[in-house]
Amino acid sequence: MAIVDTAPPVTAAPAPAGTGYWSGVLSRMLRDPLTLVCLSVVLALVLSAIFAPWLGLADPFKGSMIQRLKPIGTPGHILGTDEQGRDMLARLVYGGRLTLFIGLMPVVLAFFIGGFLGIVAGYVGGLLNTLIMRTVDVFFAFPSVLLAIAISGALGAGIVNSLVSLTIVFIPPITRIAEAVTSGVRALDYIEAARASGAGTLTVIRVHVIGNVLSPIFVYATSLTSVCMILAAGLSFLGIGVRPPEPEWGLMLNTLRSAIYVNPWVSALPGLLIFVTSLCLNLLSDGVRSAMNVRD
Amino acid sequence: MFAYFLRRLILVMPVAFGVSVICFLLVQIAPGDPLTAIMPVDATAEEQAAMRAVYGLDKPLPVQYAIWVAKLAQGDMGRSIASGRPVAGEVFGAVQNSLLLALSAAAIAFPIGIFLGFLAGYFRDTPIDRAVTAISIAGVSVPNYWLGIVLVIIFSVNLGWLPSMGAGPGGSQDWAWDWLHMRHLVLPAVTLAVVPIGIVARTVRALAGDILTMDFVQALYAKGMSRGDVLRHVARNAAATALSVMGLQLGYLLGGSILIETVFNWPGSGFLLSNAIFQRDLPLLQGTILVLALFFVAMNLVVDVAQAAIDPRIKRT
Repeated sequence: MAIVDTAPPVTAAPAPAGTGYWSGVLSRMLRDPLTLVCLSVVLALVLSAIFAPWLGLADPFKGSMIQRLKPIGTPGHILGTDEQGRDMLARLVYGGRLTLFIGLMPVVLAFFIGGFLGIVAGYVGGLLNTLIMRTVDVFFAFPSVLLAIAISGALGAGIVNSLVSLTIVFIPPITRIAEAVTSGVRALDYIEAARASGAGTLTVIRVHVIGNVLSPIFVYATSLTSVCMILAAGLSFLGIGVRPPEPEWGLMLNTLRSAIYVNPWVSALPGLLIFVTSLCLNLLSDGVRSAMNVRD
Repeated sequence: MFAYFLRRLILVMPVAFGVSVICFLLVQIAPGDPLTAIMPVDATAEEQAAMRAVYGLDKPLPVQYAIWVAKLAQGDMGRSIASGRPVAGEVFGAVQNSLLLALSAAAIAFPIGIFLGFLAGYFRDTPIDRAVTAISIAGVSVPNYWLGIVLVIIFSVNLGWLPSMGAGPGGSQDWAWDWLHMRHLVLPAVTLAVVPIGIVARTVRALAGDILTMDFVQALYAKGMSRGDVLRHVARNAAATALSVMGLQLGYLLGGSILIETVFNWPGSGFLLSNAIFQRDLPLLQGTILVLALFFVAMNLVVDVAQAAIDPRIKRT
């Protein structure tokens, strides 16, 4: 009963402070022109991917034998056509759906799973910490590209398999950061004070730890999104990610490789989009980092 | 120093064990029966059971693992399902080619990265710094498999200067240090070098910038040391960290060259790996991953020890 009585005031206190902090971060981000541009580009890509069916584009699956490999600027096919005569613009916009989903989702999943594991390991310590962190160490023995390809290669192609393998790749680094930050916070006096005043483990983690460790973990996770994009598209490029005929940038880059002697620049377009997205994600992550004043 | 090496070596053992467990499990998570690739479709149940016994697939997992490790210790990594040849031979041949590619890329990337990073750190907050920062962000953001294709379009398709595929004239697999072979190395090595250039430049920039603002630099200037000599002190302070980043990058180059090897049909470990994946050749997949991962672990160990040799402060922690 005592805990129930004291809990509400404790939870109530950080809430308004939290909103103030995040709106401050947002306004600082929006004041930085480069971050603003990158944010707009990423938003434009995400929105066009989501609303692709309503943009009046050609059918991304409908090919045409006589319209194959048209160059950029062909009337009716602004960005040309691919090796099966499908409209490149439509395929690029539709391709954003799977590419961005598989490129971003693993980091989100790894943020929750790795964050949970790291916070638990850092807070509980002892044997559990050793168990979690030594397992993480083993995964660090693989270069990330190799690990992603190994798991995807063993599981086989497919959207779910790609998500699984990339999530496994990104859990260890996030866990490591979360553990480091959490054990740092755990050693602080106010945690001791909270426990001395009768707060249970879960309450301390929920109220005092999470609020303090979440932003560094979040900033770190955003810095992984660009690598994840490149890796996700890379798996499809190798043929162990998304299956054809689904439009996806990495896969398109692969199938168009046979066309580089016929129509080189059309075949480079999907990769250009991967590059632009990953560049913007990187710069955006830098922007978030400086707006949140996190130093690494 | 030797004691430090031994201590690190002991710490590496559990990691190497974990790596072997993961590589072993890779085959277990693969869907489907590993036998389907080699057995005829109409094989009877007895024939399948016999084959299962030959490959030891009828035993419990920990026993299978123990047998697998015992064979590994004797250099036996099993046989490739597709070619029937021993995995070990195929992997080591391919790793040599990958190593050649990775070292060439490192030889391009590290000097350029160090130079750019130092320049940016020395001229902090100037246009030079901003230019280098832009280069390094572009370097770490570029999907290098795409960059490889773009370089092929420019230098092979449009200009016709360099070959786009293979490691030698006429698809030859035997390497030689002559121009006929080396021109095949140029595009893949340059492509592979771009990401580490970005990472090394970023690291060295931060290091040089931090060290240059330290008090001892002021003190050295104050006692009348020349700029070149001061920079030598700065370089020495940065060396340990820079070295560890470069060592890791070399490991990444070897493990991460898979995509680039696919783009350029380079007959290395990545090429082998993608063949293994498409032919569902799990022993070959397992063996290649294991060798590459263990190389990465060994690389980490070497980096740790080298770092301690350069910077005596590290040994004490």
